[in-house]
Amino acid sequence: MHLYNLTLQPPTAITQAVVGNFSGVRQQEIIASHGTRLELLRPDPQTGKVATIISTDVFGSIRSLAAFRLTGGTKDYAIVGSDSGRIIILDYDPKTSSFVKLHQETYGKSGARRIVPGQYLAVDPKGRSVMISSMEKAKLVYILNRDAAANLTISSPLEAHKNGAIIHHIVGLDVGFENPTFAALELDLGLNHVVRKWSEPTDPRANLLLQVPGGQLASSDRFDGPSGVLVCCEDHIIYRHMDAPQHRVPIPRRKHPLDQRDRGVLIVSAVMHKMKGAFFFLVQNEDGDLFKVTIEHEDEDVKSLKIKYFDTVPVASSLCILKSGFLFVASEFSNHYFYQFQKLGDDDDEPEFSSTSYRSFGMADPTASLPHEYFRPRPLENLALADELESLDPILDSKVMNILPNSDTPQIFAACGRGSRSSLRTLRHGLEVEESVSSDLPGIPNAVWTTKKKSDDAYDSYIILSFVNGTLVLSIGETIEEVQDTGFLSSARTLAVQQIGDDALLQVHPEGIRHVLANGHVTEWKAPAGKSIVNATTNKRQVVVALSSAELVYFELDLEGQLNEYQDRKAMGSTVLALSIAEVPEGRQRTPFLAVGCEDQTVRVISLDPESTLETISLQALTAPPSSICIAEMLDASINKNQPTLFVNIGLQNGVLLRTVLDPINGQLTDTRTRFLGTRPVKLIRVQIQRNPAILALSSRSWLNYSYQNLMHFTPLIFESFDFAWSFSAELSPEGLIGITGSTLRIFQIPKLGTQLKQDSIPLSYTPRKFITQTWTREMGPVTYFYLIEGDHRVLGEDAAEKKLAELRQQGKKIDQEVLDLPVEVFGRPKAPAGTWGSAIRVIDPVKAETVAYIPLDCNEAAFSLAVVPFSVRGGELHLVVGTAADTTVSPRSCSSGFLRTYKFTDDGAGLELLHKTETDDVPLSLLAFQGRLVAGVGKALRIYDIGKKKLLRKVENKSICSHLLRPFVTLSTQGSRIVIGEMQESVSFAAYKAPENRLLVFADDSQPRWVSAMAMVDYNTVAIGDRFRKLDDDPTGAGILHEKGILMGAPHKTKMLAHFHVAMVAGGREILMYTGLHGTVGILVPFVSKEDVDFISTLEQHMRTEQSSFGRIFARLPGTKQSAIAGELDRTVGEVLKKLEQLRVTTSGF
Amino acid sequence: MSSELRYTANTQLEHLHARYTGTGHADLTKYEWLTHQHRDTLSSIVGHPTLTSYLAIADGESIGRVKFEMTERMLRPCGPPPNLKD
Repeated sequence: MHLYNLTLQPPTAITQAVVGNFSGVRQQEIIASHGTRLELLRPDPQTGKVATIISTDVFGSIRSLAAFRLTGGTKDYAIVGSDSGRIIILDYDPKTSSFVKLHQETYGKSGARRIVPGQYLAVDPKGRSVMISSMEKAKLVYILNRDAAANLTISSPLEAHKNGAIIHHIVGLDVGFENPTFAALELDLGLNHVVRKWSEPTDPRANLLLQVPGGQLASSDRFDGPSGVLVCCEDHIIYRHMDAPQHRVPIPRRKHPLDQRDRGVLIVSAVMHKMKGAFFFLVQNEDGDLFKVTIEHEDEDVKSLKIKYFDTVPVASSLCILKSGFLFVASEFSNHYFYQFQKLGDDDDEPEFSSTSYRSFGMADPTASLPHEYFRPRPLENLALADELESLDPILDSKVMNILPNSDTPQIFAACGRGSRSSLRTLRHGLEVEESVSSDLPGIPNAVWTTKKKSDDAYDSYIILSFVNGTLVLSIGETIEEVQDTGFLSSARTLAVQQIGDDALLQVHPEGIRHVLANGHVTEWKAPAGKSIVNATTNKRQVVVALSSAELVYFELDLEGQLNEYQDRKAMGSTVLALSIAEVPEGRQRTPFLAVGCEDQTVRVISLDPESTLETISLQALTAPPSSICIAEMLDASINKNQPTLFVNIGLQNGVLLRTVLDPINGQLTDTRTRFLGTRPVKLIRVQIQRNPAILALSSRSWLNYSYQNLMHFTPLIFESFDFAWSFSAELSPEGLIGITGSTLRIFQIPKLGTQLKQDSIPLSYTPRKFITQTWTREMGPVTYFYLIEGDHRVLGEDAAEKKLAELRQQGKKIDQEVLDLPVEVFGRPKAPAGTWGSAIRVIDPVKAETVAYIPLDCNEAAFSLAVVPFSVRGGELHLVVGTAADTTVSPRSCSSGFLRTYKFTDDGAGLELLHKTETDDVPLSLLAFQGRLVAGVGKALRIYDIGKKKLLRKVENKSICSHLLRPFVTLSTQGSRIVIGEMQESVSFAAYKAPENRLLVFADDSQPRWVSAMAMVDYNTVAIGDRFRKLDDDPTGAGILHEKGILMGAPHKTKMLAHFHVAMVAGGREILMYTGLHGTVGILVPFVSKEDVDFISTLEQHMRTEQSSFGRIFARLPGTKQSAIAGELDRTVGEVLKKLEQLRVTTSGF
Repeated sequence: MSSELRYTANTQLEHLHARYTGTGHADLTKYEWLTHQHRDTLSSIVGHPTLTSYLAIADGESIGRVKFEMTERMLRPCGPPPNLKD
């Protein structure tokens, strides 16, 4: 079987982020690594919003990332350490908007190996050298320099290996212009080798190094800082430098009544920021508390090391401080945040802890810890939230269903997040629409326009609404109100409105054309007697109208601003249904093409060139009468990298959109692509989105066709369907759109271009583990509820926390209620020892997006699995069975007791009532309904239970499935008595239940071990599994003969993520497999329908791999020459290849 | 194989062993082998961001701590060497 993998949503987790001037201008940018993808983010210092500039797949795993700048340079480069065994230096080229590989030096084998460098990167702050290190032993140093032509050069590597050393972290020392020094290793440029300068033992629990500024400025003899490093250890931060006294401060702990005192405080991320003449550090602990660390120094002598509480933000994988006063927090899980500094915490009364308050600067006895110091967490004081970047990471479970009302496409429901920041998110394909104004109108308008008064106005002045027998003009000011004296005819409906020439307005109505000059004078062209205007198209200088007699009349503006009619009229022979001309190209008098759609199911391109005015150039036949045409010039790099392409979009009455390319030289129509938009005739409107032309296509759904990052996107809008829409620009909404739905006028924006999936979220209390859905029939129609289990290790359950607090109160301890009441979504819950769990069962109404029932588990129980079971002995009555365990430890796996909690549904599924609890000897990790009974994977055993009065009754057991069956994930066959068992380490087995003998028999298993993390049955014989090591397999097994070994036939498809979840989803009638990855990836696998397609795609893949080791949409980004070379090899044109790829995407996913 | 060749092959092998930590040889003890296996696994976990996330979620710890504990464990993943045990 061959599958085509299509990523709908790339990973959203940020594993590392660096800041720098990558485009070489003053503004700073952030490069974020998403593990397999690099993204360049540009924050806007004015609005505080972060925009994605480019996002590139690297087809490898990025392990480390660093930015550096050559001495005296103005541009930063990025160095990437990956699993490729190479060091790569990237340069961002703003012209082509891409990363350019400057250097690629191979030093080792590929793979994230123990002794192959790539795990850590450290650069000299002056950009003279870089150290790349592995986990163990190997460290390489490269010298960076410029050649005569000012190009970046890289030396051959210098080895700084040390046998038997395991590396936690490396950092480049700031030594000014002395020889570059890394942590404790020195590189001597003159001798061209690396010398170990000093090495001394430090705290055994040290995990992170931070560079301390040093060196002198050339202009003054002042020292920037004392140089050296900060060593972040558990509970302490130590300042160290060669031949200098050490300073040590404790990391303050939260003054929380439930604080676990014997747990060390670890710094997980940190950042140093240098300002003019000063510097500070922000370090973050595991709870997300930020501390500001400062060093007081006199030249090179450190006087004291100080630490104080700063603010609390989500735990970060990377912190970036921007010179414009922003802090970027790339969260380790969930959404990323962008904060603005309000102040630097200099003059508040937060207690500060200094190394001078301890004997010998805290180093009197380095082996003993310093006394604990405390701070009170509080809401943000120094930072203010500016922007939030949505991230699905981690997705722990997902389902595809279509349950939202008024939706014709399915939604993806994903249980995301970790701990108190978890959420259940609804993902819908489409662009988010932000409505700013919605007002009711007296009648039902059929069209709306906005227009400026003069061509150089910044904003629109009028809104024109056309009704069946009249026109209403509204002026846009502080309020929007009706105006009369605009020169527009109000007694007839309007066909077109245009700001024409420099300062005139134009209205086309069925009886004629009104040309309103700036002085209020109106010249009017009247339609010939007995004929009326049925259709019109306009631009800045040209007007074309179609008469009811199927004639075309053409007007052009002359240099005096007079509208002149062309002497001839063109008879079309068939009623004109649609007309369109493009905007006047920059610096030209006119656009040379007119597209006319007629009732005889044709579209003709007609010349407007003075040499051949109104001559037919080309003709295209259609499958249905056209309803609308729109010519627009848009940039699509897959067709033309340098210039916008002229597209003719043709909307048909049957809801299909055709997009063809208009050749600017000969006017021929080529490269037709089709797409089904909806059930209503298509209306096409040319609009401006972020100062670029875009097309709104309105049918039963509204779509936006726009160009983003130089590629064309076609995405539905998530909003009510519109009858008509137009661009809208006013002071409050410069980039808006205006639309009508029925008698309602709406003004809206599209804030997040480039996104494919809109997210809505429901907050959860703990990390979601699994959820299942159940649809109930009610009088009003079916209602669906989600049953979700959530749980967190190392967190006190609500009852345990209450008990502990009551105990403390009894002991007479004062409880700081304010700290207890801090919102857990921001501050998290205090950490508890291993083996403690907080867990709950939740019932969610996904349509109303709210929790309808919440059942917290007590007695340190945590839920691990759940199933809805129709017990046949109870007449098929549905019950919810939740597998829980008390006092569970993760490694080694153990529990004091497992339970199967059986719940009865109440309130038509909205509530749960506990019937009984059945004790088990191990953790029930998987449950499943099976032939009116329950199948449970309890530890190493697979059992079948039936319901009893007091508990569930064990009917069958099979303990011999595998000698070390650790974690069965069980799923039911689509038919018959087949059970597929996914084990934690040992891949899948197929079992059959033999009713006569009452036995469970395993008849097929996999020949390879796999760490199964998710699986789905594709058909009776095939199962798709995802394992922990980013692989996804299809495993068709042999027929169901007892004890037959499974035959592995499917080709493994390497995908980009861990932990997959698959659901078969039907889109456009084709069955596809959808998966979600832990880091937020959503993708689909599409089976090919013909051998031809398989050959085509695999040959294309082969060519792409030699070219760029990449595939898919990337083909569109290749340079034109390479594209045609590859297409030539395949005996096709570039257009055909692109069309094929697009069709695969559109027909299977609609994306 | 002449004796001379065998000699050079051996020195090359030794050199390769010194260069590529973790490669096995004929006299490898069970303890050494296990230690290498564990270290390879642990460094692979630290090197793959998805694996650290996976473990962090399962254990309720931060990614930073998972990386730190995994790196610390590389020191002696299988406890002290057997001759030190008694």
